[in-house]
Amino acid sequence: MTTNDIKLQVNNLNFYYGKFHALKNINLAIPTGKVTAFIGPSGCGKSTLLRTFNRMFELYPGMRAEGEILFDGNNLLARNVDVNMLRAKVGMVFQKPTPFPMSIYDNITFGVKLYENLNRAEMDDRVEWALRKAALWGEVKDKLKQSGNSLSGGQQQRLCIARAVATRPEVLLLDEPTSALDPISTGHIEELIHELKEDYTIAIVTHNMQQAARVSDYTAYMYLGELMEFGDTDSIFTAPKRKETEDYITGKFG
Amino acid sequence: MENTQNAAHLKRQMMLDALFRLLTRSFAFLVLALLLGILLSLLIGALPTIKHFGWGFLTSSDWDPVSEKFGALVPIFGTLVTSVIALLIGVPISFGIALFLTELCPPMLKRPLGIAVELLAGIPSIIYGMWGLFVFAPLFGEYVQPWVLENMGDLPLVGFLFQGAPMGIGMFTAGLILAIMVIPFISSVMRDVFEVVPPMLKESAYGLGGTTWEVVRHVVLPFTKTGVVGGIMLGLGRALGETMAVTFVIGNSSNFSTGLFDAGNSIASTLANEFAEANGELYLGSLIELGLILFFITFVVLACSKLLLLRLKKQEGRAS
Repeated sequence: MTTNDIKLQVNNLNFYYGKFHALKNINLAIPTGKVTAFIGPSGCGKSTLLRTFNRMFELYPGMRAEGEILFDGNNLLARNVDVNMLRAKVGMVFQKPTPFPMSIYDNITFGVKLYENLNRAEMDDRVEWALRKAALWGEVKDKLKQSGNSLSGGQQQRLCIARAVATRPEVLLLDEPTSALDPISTGHIEELIHELKEDYTIAIVTHNMQQAARVSDYTAYMYLGELMEFGDTDSIFTAPKRKETEDYITGKFG
Repeated sequence: MENTQNAAHLKRQMMLDALFRLLTRSFAFLVLALLLGILLSLLIGALPTIKHFGWGFLTSSDWDPVSEKFGALVPIFGTLVTSVIALLIGVPISFGIALFLTELCPPMLKRPLGIAVELLAGIPSIIYGMWGLFVFAPLFGEYVQPWVLENMGDLPLVGFLFQGAPMGIGMFTAGLILAIMVIPFISSVMRDVFEVVPPMLKESAYGLGGTTWEVVRHVVLPFTKTGVVGGIMLGLGRALGETMAVTFVIGNSSNFSTGLFDAGNSIASTLANEFAEANGELYLGSLIELGLILFFITFVVLACSKLLLLRLKKQEGRAS
């Protein structure tokens, strides 16, 4: 991989919750336009790692990241980085659907309005575009004025993806996006990930190893705050280099 | 043998259940009975005045015990004006306090500040009144009022509000003291409801690049609107009915004036001041009718807040 193909380059990253050392010297490169999956048992630090990419951890006191994460070559952990601009470029979707208490239309426009000044027609186009990207347009086009809470769980999660896509970010972070959904909705979201990776760099945290194998191009296996193994998904799942990785993916523990 | 024992046991249980149901139901109906009883006794007490003055009681600004001419305009106006002032000042400050405590405050300060706000709510109202009369009013009359009268009294449209003698006491001072009294109530309710917003919901909004203000304005406030309106209504209810602190600083004058620095009267302080000397059916009846009006105002305020919440809910889109 040349540097041009790398969206996020993590160098010697250490992370602390107070005194607890949660991420230990992580080195990793996330390639542009691919899906990178993070797997590992609970508490291994995969969500924590994901939350350093948009500096979400800074909302809470006592959390600290050391090292560097290069986003297109610039260290996003540097003090002079505008966190809000960073977050506009790095979208995030969470374990549970989190529609805002407003209409479906307003849910999509919330993030767009923060950084772009669109007129009514342009905004309508953007909402339709984002909802089509999230494969939700057909289901909601006649009820855009209804509350986002009136949708089913799977639809709500796709609404959240549409909302994240609407601001045209470069990176999408998905933190166990299907853990609260039924198998059919999960299938929808996984198809969606396939389509979205043409335009976005996607990092997904998942508890579900089959899901990682299905949707990702690269897989990182983490354990107790360390990156155990990182490589293309096929080789991680068929010919893992380390015994620990093999034990985990074959279900011996975890 | 065992069967009969079981049956007896079951019967006993059912009787106890029925008894329990009856008991809780009667407690619940006690509330209704009390409400009706108070309303009825107020109505009966006010009947002579209602018959004598009719609707004119509400619009007349007379208050002349000697010639037995009474009107409720001055106390109604004073009650509403002081409460509005209290909310105008108290709500933004309470909102700021709640916002700081939940979103911005370093964790070390969070507990001490929260406890301080709650302690403020525990101070008896008479102490606020004394402080207002002996400490705040002289300072206010000496340093602030003269400046305001000179510079804002001639303003077009709003100038009529800034009239009166710079005595320190008056309707504005009463409103200000009320504001201080309602702040702990409104801010602690707001803080509690802000705290129940799911962190993930806030993170989603921050994750789109929102600033703290944008997140609070568009996500936290809409999510907590029921609680926020409820907190404000709690404060308003307290401001409308507050007696002692207002009596100390409002000036207790029954002359009608729109100047906020003029002395006025509120319903509650009129009642507190004049019951002892109320002789004659009309005088006593007028005071009781004032109480009835206060009851009614509080009721209307409550109804309005329910309506407001319904409208807010409609704006959000059809509910789930």
